[in-house]
Amino acid sequence: MSLTRTDVDKIAFLARIQLSDDEKDRYVHDLNGILALAEQMNAVDTHDTGPMAHPLRMTQRLRADQVTEPDQRERFQGIAPAVEDGLYLVPKVIE
Amino acid sequence: MPWETVIGLEIHTQLATQSKIFSGAATAFGAPPNTQACAIDLGLPGVLPVLNEEAVRLAVRFGTAIEAEIAERSVFARKNYFYPDLPKGYQISQYEQPVVGRGQVSIQLEDGRQKAIGVTRAHLEEDAGKSLHEDFHGLTGIDLNRAGTPLLEIVSEPDMRSPEEAVAYARKIHQIVRWIGISDGNMQEGSFRMDANISIRPQGQETFGTRAEIKNINSFRFLERALRFEIERQIDVIEGGGQVVQETRLYDAERDETRSMRSKEEANDYRYFPDPDLLPLVIDADFLAAATADLPELPDAMRERFRRDHGLSDYDANLLTASRALAAYFEQVAAACGDAKLAANWIGGDLSAALNKAGLEIGDSPISASGLAGLLARIQDRTLSGKLAKQVFEAMWGGEGDADAVIAAKGLRQITDTSAIETLIDAIIAANPGQVEQYRAGKDKLFGFFVGQVMRASKGQANPEQVNELLKAKLAG
Repeated sequence: MSLTRTDVDKIAFLARIQLSDDEKDRYVHDLNGILALAEQMNAVDTHDTGPMAHPLRMTQRLRADQVTEPDQRERFQGIAPAVEDGLYLVPKVIE
Repeated sequence: MPWETVIGLEIHTQLATQSKIFSGAATAFGAPPNTQACAIDLGLPGVLPVLNEEAVRLAVRFGTAIEAEIAERSVFARKNYFYPDLPKGYQISQYEQPVVGRGQVSIQLEDGRQKAIGVTRAHLEEDAGKSLHEDFHGLTGIDLNRAGTPLLEIVSEPDMRSPEEAVAYARKIHQIVRWIGISDGNMQEGSFRMDANISIRPQGQETFGTRAEIKNINSFRFLERALRFEIERQIDVIEGGGQVVQETRLYDAERDETRSMRSKEEANDYRYFPDPDLLPLVIDADFLAAATADLPELPDAMRERFRRDHGLSDYDANLLTASRALAAYFEQVAAACGDAKLAANWIGGDLSAALNKAGLEIGDSPISASGLAGLLARIQDRTLSGKLAKQVFEAMWGGEGDADAVIAAKGLRQITDTSAIETLIDAIIAANPGQVEQYRAGKDKLFGFFVGQVMRASKGQANPEQVNELLKAKLAG
């Protein structure tokens, strides 16, 4: 399996990053390198191996259902580019 | 051509926790914007999510209630997409290994038969924030209070074949989540939202047609109307020689139609992958046992018991198990008066009518279960006729005290003394010689006239059965 320019265009769009033509060429090359590594691993017999969701041999710790976070809206909104009436303002999204 | 409809539902129900699924911010509804959105909810750099135990517990309760497998090990995944009310650029959800596996619920069809509807899975996830598109100088306002609120997404199999079945299933899930206390199910506040996948196919065809997804429906009535509209639209498209496009549509209640959400036509590619910030969730036998130990008797089981043990009709048993509070009220009244049928009649009749009229839930009833039982006791000991009891009921509803107080204050005691009733009857017979003659000559219809006269003379307080009996004897002469 190998990646084409079209695939890179699509991935870049999904990730909302703008790439120059040179960068696209480089990513086609680099990402194909990663896929080649995956191909290599594909050759290993994993018949008795379960999928690994996480590299640590640990399980999720749970927290008690308690409200521990006070309202810090002013601090958070102090670093926002635009706020009004307690809302964060962003460029208009049209549905 | 006869068409068959195929419907599957995805229901998002908000879990009744105090704090969010991955942070310690509050989940209370209606707080001022962004006052319940902490650094984790905002997706600020350096934060880590920590899973809320209660959210897991509630999901496990639901799974157990629908007889589903609870995954011993489940995994959280990132669902990637960009939208301003999703600060991290991904939603933490579950994909390949959800906490609740395959289960099922039973719905009642219009002809009374039960039909099993499969639940494919239910998984934990976080809600997104809210976009306000009012005019902020051409900008959009974002409130992230809802971001990170725990949701259980319940996905059904495509087992429903009509809008009615879809509504019955949605109502069933709504009943269960409220019954077992995992969600308040408040639809106005968005605690219970439905997405419907719907397609049509020629009757008898095995393969499914192309489906459309109708998003974000927040009432059962809208669900039914949206599905009805969509069935007609798809039939028109196909019979007009076209093809149904797989797409997301929105239901517009004001215009009663569904519309394509064009902006989402770009094929969704969420690039799910396991969230490295969260370890696999392991649910052991102890946790499972503790989470489900106090699960109440479920509505289907209770309905069967009401039918079997109390001899209630299908209709009554269904009505009285509509909510746990109503069922508890009924059981309390039935136990106190010892006559389940009488209790069911009054709760399903006068009480339900009065509650509906006033727009109240059973929990807000001005007449308590023991109050109603007190009224029924006066019917059982023949102090009150059915008609007098209705008057007492109305007075109790209006806050005039318990049944005995109302009876005493209004002098509504039923007259059961035979000689007193006979005195009334004798007077009526003496005053209406003409009618008596006609009746005796065979005009049976006049019997009602005499009953009416006697009841009026007694101010409605004579025992109607005794009046009937004694009148018959007297008129027979």
